[in-house]
Amino acid sequence: MLKISNTEEVIFSPELVTKFNEIVSRYPEDKQKSALLPILHLVQAEYGWISTPAMDKVAEYLDLKPIEVYEVATFYTMFFLKPQGKYVLEVCRTGPCCLVGAEKIMKYIEQKLNVKEGEVTPDGLFSWRGVECLAACGTGPVLQIGPEYTYYENLTEAKVDELIDGLRLKTAENAQMI
Amino acid sequence: MGRKLLLENINVPGINTFEVYRQKGGYRAVEKALKSMSPEDVVEEVKKSGLRGRGGAGFPTGMKWSFLAKPEGKPRYLVCNGDESEPGTFKDRYLMTYIPHLLIEGMIVSSYALGANTSYIYVRGEMMPQIRILEKAIAEAKNAGLLGKNILGSGYDLELYVQPGGGAYICGEETALIESLEGKRGNPRIKPPFPAISGLYNCPTVVNNVESIAATVPIINDGADEYAKMGIGRSTGTKLISASGNLNKPGVYEIELGVSVEEFIYSDEYCGGIANGKRMKAVVAGGSSVPILPANLILKTANGENRLITYESLADGGFATGTMLGSGGFVVFDEDQCIVRNTWNYSRFYHHESCGQCSPCREGTGWMEKVLHRLEYGHGKLSDIDLLVDVSKKIEGNTICPLGDAAAWPVASAIRHFRDEFEWHVTHPDEAMQRNYGLAHYADPLPKPEGVTAN
Repeated sequence: MLKISNTEEVIFSPELVTKFNEIVSRYPEDKQKSALLPILHLVQAEYGWISTPAMDKVAEYLDLKPIEVYEVATFYTMFFLKPQGKYVLEVCRTGPCCLVGAEKIMKYIEQKLNVKEGEVTPDGLFSWRGVECLAACGTGPVLQIGPEYTYYENLTEAKVDELIDGLRLKTAENAQMI
Repeated sequence: MGRKLLLENINVPGINTFEVYRQKGGYRAVEKALKSMSPEDVVEEVKKSGLRGRGGAGFPTGMKWSFLAKPEGKPRYLVCNGDESEPGTFKDRYLMTYIPHLLIEGMIVSSYALGANTSYIYVRGEMMPQIRILEKAIAEAKNAGLLGKNILGSGYDLELYVQPGGGAYICGEETALIESLEGKRGNPRIKPPFPAISGLYNCPTVVNNVESIAATVPIINDGADEYAKMGIGRSTGTKLISASGNLNKPGVYEIELGVSVEEFIYSDEYCGGIANGKRMKAVVAGGSSVPILPANLILKTANGENRLITYESLADGGFATGTMLGSGGFVVFDEDQCIVRNTWNYSRFYHHESCGQCSPCREGTGWMEKVLHRLEYGHGKLSDIDLLVDVSKKIEGNTICPLGDAAAWPVASAIRHFRDEFEWHVTHPDEAMQRNYGLAHYADPLPKPEGVTAN
């Protein structure tokens, strides 16, 4: 599943750099550091996680010290600093969702994927973890899947089956087409 | 049906598009403000409306605006707080999803009032779909000449951008949000200086919640007096309430401030009562940070009056018997819910979300989580209950930002009102693993004041 190793040099595609440039233009001159979070999101969407060489490259692009990127990437919980499954199921584990059964859903996902929280399935397709409140308390239990962060709401075991089986099928079909 | 100001057109098909929003009278407030009002007029109107910050603190929005410094040669900024991370609160996500142009319109009106030529909407990173929605709405508005240079020929310029967060509750605190927008860790700043003097890029900055910004639209359209006619006393206008937990109809409701809690929970117009025919045990009325109240106290104040959804009525009695409106995150617990488990869950949340800057919060939240975990799992001691109260008191008021208070209050209030349930977890550890304590408090007489209930 490793798309890039933690030592391999990263080269951002011209398309990605064009997007970076657009983001930097949103802030006053010399304030390009503001682009750091949006750019890290783009990097994660591209590679599935954020490696140290990728952070170094972002630092170089924004003219920051590498530590300025590391300290941000480690602070915010959305950034993955190690490889994940292709689909990361992030289930809300906070109070309101627990009132309507989030803990059962998490147990069910663990059982169905047969991997512990934070681990990747052997086929590289899935990982899962509990996250804090996703601001969808009225339609809990809820989970999200990046990089587009689609929400799946009012979860039941049947809906989890449908979701996971559907993603497996989609991957298999895509593989056939190639 | 109560009158609605923000969600009046929410069910109109296509209201998320510029065309339909415009057909329904959208962007009239921009026309009115830019063509017939000075920025000072707009500030004055918002002041007169009595609008209070809808993000949680309830500080008067117009007054916050009037503090904004206006030094020569420095830009001023408006930053919209769409970080919405308070457990139990999901109204801003709803508003941004279904009627994004209302927020864009409010941003234009408010930026004009403050003299900001560049404004940002900071949205939590998990709401990527809402970020796309807002970016599309901004492009549509710009295309129609409502953003950019010389808006509607008024000579006023405004650029509006959406900024994603990275998944950090603390970035809902305004100075942490500013740090985050500057590309840094979300560590709250020491105040003063307040953002109104030195905020984003050390320039004068106003940070307002999504709902507060949206509320400026009806205020400008209909006038401050009309707005202030709604509500009761110093709680004017309408409020979006996010209702969740064990309800028949959870969701986002716009209420006129002053609706009774009883009506809100039980009437069919709103939440339609407790799900599955169960009885209500407790309510967190303003998002996870505010004190939890048992059912009897959320419906009636200590004086036996009907509890209303206003800033004042919910706070009635102080923390001994009251709570706060906060962000309007209304979480309802049925008779099967365990208060100890829920308190542990919230403590874990605050421990996880503490930025780690102040030791009382960084260490204290961790200790509360640990002690609550052992109480929940049957390894607690009776002295742990007072230990929790002690730790919570040592966090409260001793941190740079209000996250410390937000972590302390749920624990202190749960013990204040449900002490016997905590004690039962200690004295009946095996039973507590099998079943929940139930409804003992539902029919309880009003609790004695704090100090009497202790021990």
